[in-house]
Amino acid sequence: MKRILTSTILIATLAVSACTNPSRFGADGSGSGSGAAGAGAGAGNIVPGSANDPTSTAYFQQAIGDRVLFEVDQSTLTPTGRTTLDGQAAWLATNTDYQAVIEGHADEQGTREYNLALGERRANSAREYLVSKGIAGSRLRVVSYGKERPIEICSEEACYTKNRRAVTVLAGGLTS
Amino acid sequence: MSIRLLIMGLALACVAIMGGPNAAQAQQGPLRIEITEGVIEPLPFAVPSFQPESGAAGQMAVDLARVVSEDLTGTGLFREIPASAFISTVSDFNAPIQYADWKAINAQALVTGAVNVSGNSLNVKFRLYDVFSGAELGSGLQFSGTVDGWRRMAHKVADAVYSRITGEGGYFDSRVVYVSETGPKDNRSKRLAIMDYDGANVQYLTDSSSIVLAPRFSPTGDRVLYTSYESGFPRIYVLDIGSVSRRVLESAEGTMSFAPRFSPSGETVVYSLAQGGNTDIYTMDIGSGQSVRLTNTPSIETAPSFSPDGSRIVFESDRSGTQQLYIMPVTGGEATRISFGSGRYGTPVWSPRGDLVAFTKQNAGRFHIGVMRLDGSEERLLTASFLDEGPTWAPNGRVIMFARETQGAGGSSSLFSVDISGRNLKKVPTPEGGSDPSWSPLQK
Repeated sequence: MKRILTSTILIATLAVSACTNPSRFGADGSGSGSGAAGAGAGAGNIVPGSANDPTSTAYFQQAIGDRVLFEVDQSTLTPTGRTTLDGQAAWLATNTDYQAVIEGHADEQGTREYNLALGERRANSAREYLVSKGIAGSRLRVVSYGKERPIEICSEEACYTKNRRAVTVLAGGLTS
Repeated sequence: MSIRLLIMGLALACVAIMGGPNAAQAQQGPLRIEITEGVIEPLPFAVPSFQPESGAAGQMAVDLARVVSEDLTGTGLFREIPASAFISTVSDFNAPIQYADWKAINAQALVTGAVNVSGNSLNVKFRLYDVFSGAELGSGLQFSGTVDGWRRMAHKVADAVYSRITGEGGYFDSRVVYVSETGPKDNRSKRLAIMDYDGANVQYLTDSSSIVLAPRFSPTGDRVLYTSYESGFPRIYVLDIGSVSRRVLESAEGTMSFAPRFSPSGETVVYSLAQGGNTDIYTMDIGSGQSVRLTNTPSIETAPSFSPDGSRIVFESDRSGTQQLYIMPVTGGEATRISFGSGRYGTPVWSPRGDLVAFTKQNAGRFHIGVMRLDGSEERLLTASFLDEGPTWAPNGRVIMFARETQGAGGSSSLFSVDISGRNLKKVPTPEGGSDPSWSPLQK
């Protein structure tokens, strides 16, 4: 009963955040499958480990949203980011087998060392928010890649906005 | 072109390595490139092929003269007169110089040399002549070594010539450790590489299985500090160049360590440690592993660099709201801000001469490599591009190498050098892309 309730809340969260930030699912366009995942979960037609299994990493990435984005040179969470992290916190609270490494990233407009520090700030912002929502800090590590791992490669704001991110990467779990 | 215009527009009132004396001056005084202000006129010189003094030395005699010439012309301060213009030949290292023949083609300096190869041992002699004074400049010197180290012998000859004419220390017999890069921006492979200052003799020190960043030479050139993700988290490693063996220096759980540099003694490392969303500067005694925290603020403090006397540290901090440069005592404590121009300043590096700080500046969407005095005065921007960063000083404090990343999806990173007057900007050849250069001290 609890599991079903949580899923319903998460699908509602998805619907809200997908409207405000459709690009957050990353470069591969995998976000487009999230509606189907939600519908599949609702219909009870679940393939374990697939995106329509609410306990799967794929579900976390696609339906919950594994990343939050930041303004230029900022590590403050945006309202959209907090909504995404609310979903991550609820999911992590349910799926207690998982731990996570939160990866902080910067766009290329900055020096290497500063961007490493800035990425750590961003990852830590996400971590602190999750901890404030009740997730044990021992489950959450942070790492910064600075500007070393962009997902978009154009030198324009359209790409930079997706590169300034903190990505929650799951580890552990029964199906991973 | 825009760079040149920019530099001119700043109306520099400071030190610059300039062209040589005109012919009239040369006839009255010793051969000398003075460090003055003025129009660049590279000093014309001749380096005939060295004299082979053994049967096996023929090709070496040609190659040595070529590398000496490339070193000198590469500074932008010298211009080689081609052999096709020579009137005299030098057929004997000890024969008198026919000064009139070299004057006639306006060779102000003449370098002659001789080479002896015996088995794997190599002996190189050279002499430098001030043609218009009709006299030798300094005494002849000779260097002995091994055949496979022949380029170093050429660099040593060129360093001696450069030093005698400019009065500055040389920098040709030096190496650069850097990050060799391949692949697009979203899938870039990085590995540490070491090469001669001019891009020759590249060797790789790590594989590209994990991200490596910002190698930094020890004061004696025998070790390199760098940051690697091989544990999954950024950690500082020290690598012995001779044995290519490495060990991790700093690995506290739940932290990231990066931006290391050696102290002038080589016994201490200054670095940044990030924990809980805050990056501060620490020093660590390499022998004992004991760390001391030097800054303790909620802002980002990183990119520390020692003064040559080891008493102070220049670093960047965003405590004012944006990245700026500060100097603090080596023990920590109150820091003095030195950068006050518009824009953001990062990656400060103290000059080996102690007189200047080189930095990366971001302003109005452009990146610059620049230098300023220790009180922040006389700021000069030497370059401008989409993304220049990470300066490193030549051993003599007269040339800076840095990395330039080009714009857009197909962008890549290359090494460049520029002298501290902003002249002689040029690409340093590397087999792959390059970033994060660190220039060694002059080799012994």
